[in-house]
Amino acid sequence: MKDFSQLKKNLKKDFYGLKAIKVAVLGDSATQFLVQALRGEGYEKGFDLQIQEADFNQIERQVFDPSSELYEFKPEIVIVFQSSHKLLGKYNKLKPEQHSLFASFELESMTNIYLALAKNAQAKIIFYNYTEIDDAVFGNHANKTESSFLFQLRKLNYELMLYASQNTGLFLCDISSIQNQVGKANFFHTSVYINTEMVLSIDVLPKVAARTVDLISAIHGTIKKCVILDLDNTTWGGIIGDDGLENIQIGNLGIGKAFSEFQYWVKKLKNRGIIVAVCSKNTEAVAIEPFESHPDMVLDLEDIAVFIANWENKADNIRHIQRVLNIGFDSMVFLDDNPFERSIVRENIPGICVPELPEDPADFLEYLYSLNLFETISFSFEDTERTKLYQIEAKRNLVQQKFTNEDDFLKSLNMISLVQPFNKFNTPRVAQLSQRSNQFNLRKVNYTDADIEALALSENHFTFAFTLEDKFGDNGLICVVILQKENCQCVFINTWLMSCRVLKRGMENFVLNTIATFAKEKGFRILKGEYLPTAKNDMVKDHYFNLGFEKNNDYWELPLINYEQKKSFIKIR
Amino acid sequence: MKIEDILKQVNDIFIDTLDNDQVIITEATTANDVEEWDSLTHIQLVVAIEKHFKIRFTSKEIQSWNNVGEMLTCIQEKGV
Repeated sequence: MKDFSQLKKNLKKDFYGLKAIKVAVLGDSATQFLVQALRGEGYEKGFDLQIQEADFNQIERQVFDPSSELYEFKPEIVIVFQSSHKLLGKYNKLKPEQHSLFASFELESMTNIYLALAKNAQAKIIFYNYTEIDDAVFGNHANKTESSFLFQLRKLNYELMLYASQNTGLFLCDISSIQNQVGKANFFHTSVYINTEMVLSIDVLPKVAARTVDLISAIHGTIKKCVILDLDNTTWGGIIGDDGLENIQIGNLGIGKAFSEFQYWVKKLKNRGIIVAVCSKNTEAVAIEPFESHPDMVLDLEDIAVFIANWENKADNIRHIQRVLNIGFDSMVFLDDNPFERSIVRENIPGICVPELPEDPADFLEYLYSLNLFETISFSFEDTERTKLYQIEAKRNLVQQKFTNEDDFLKSLNMISLVQPFNKFNTPRVAQLSQRSNQFNLRKVNYTDADIEALALSENHFTFAFTLEDKFGDNGLICVVILQKENCQCVFINTWLMSCRVLKRGMENFVLNTIATFAKEKGFRILKGEYLPTAKNDMVKDHYFNLGFEKNNDYWELPLINYEQKKSFIKIR
Repeated sequence: MKIEDILKQVNDIFIDTLDNDQVIITEATTANDVEEWDSLTHIQLVVAIEKHFKIRFTSKEIQSWNNVGEMLTCIQEKGV
């Protein structure tokens, strides 16, 4: 990690071409260095953070005045940093009988700040939480004395978590965790505080900035989705091929503990929606053995979405994993104890994150914790099911390799699709798919649940939601089409979007057959489509051309009179 | 350590912290003589010097120096 003076040097670099984000920083202590560190760290992560720094201790004035500089600036992100030192100052000024209510007062004032920001700014709001200060007035007894500062501070942090869990526009940046990692003596530097009113030491600034930029990146959709594991000496101690099943190290003894705890960590990641893949230099049967027969293994084969063990080069294997999962290299993390493998992967696969694991496996976890690799801003039920979907996809891939003829492969899948208009059961998923589909999306429109309900009732719109199931499993609802009546002759394809999970299954043909037949039966003569380019939907620029539409100015048209059904291997349920 | 040797090392810290390799300081140099040396970079310099020599200044000391020479003496008095 770069230190503060290195981050500061970034400020002189060329920010041209980096993603510009407007950030407002409001603090109750001096924030000049923090702002420099944030901008410098933003540069490291590809952001041009354009930061407006409010004058010192102006939080209330900026927040509660709708005509303040803050709102004029129109920030996309607002960071509110109220320090524990100022918190202690407020506590000190209260009468002792009010101390027990201190956290409640503070929470109320913070929710007022949040609500005013949410009302007046179209921004995501980040609050820093409170680092612990034990004023040692009660000693250990502070833990059972409600009126103590430590009790109230911890309560406030807890209440803030509860409040944030109910308000999707509010994010907490956990600087208290940073203090736990580095220790208070390193987090807070008395002479810096006395001389500058800054509560962050010079050394901790890069860590606070990194943690904040992690959150900003996640808000902007940059997240890690997959962890790829090496096996020997990474997932277990020893080399399975040489040492044999009985002698690899996992379990409760000695260094085995480190590997078991590492596996529990990976399992928790998997449970929260991170895809786990294995990439190992081994004979496959040998590599699989511990997963099947070692009593102390924490990870099961079921936890692994893609399992690759062979003697090929790891960069090629990771490219294969990428093709199966169809996610960007920049959303993958590769964990391998071997510096040689790490460097091959790092050099050949641009964008992939390859942490420099410490030499001693005992240090793996503490090191990985400190990197905060898996920042996210949401967690839902679908995340917990993700591995299953990708495992099915991997199986499909394997079967496909055995077929030389694509049609034979598609036929063998026994695909079935359920086609329904929008209804109250599929509305949430239709809305979610419209928000998440960026690549296969002819005209990018984000629909909310309410929009979908309105469309379902509209007389001028015809809605279609497609599912796709095959012999390997159910992909769920994966395609959405909205037709819009233009006149009695012509119907316009207002929306056509599809999940990239089901590319190359002939779904496009099936969908066109379905909507063309429908439109023809309704008496329309022309099906009209449009492609509106965005930064991400290049893959469908020739979509209508490929389906036989003819170009007519900015639109694409297909006469329905002599429509011939396109080849498709999908059956209607 | 001799004052001249401390000066040399402190000069390197100035160059790195102020990100300006033209900076040359002497015992007589004051904050007014160096463009980038303001109250904020001052604290950054102080922390960098503390780290380099593995010493700690008191808050009073940090505000007491009138020129580089006084700072060097203060460093030397800490047994550097």
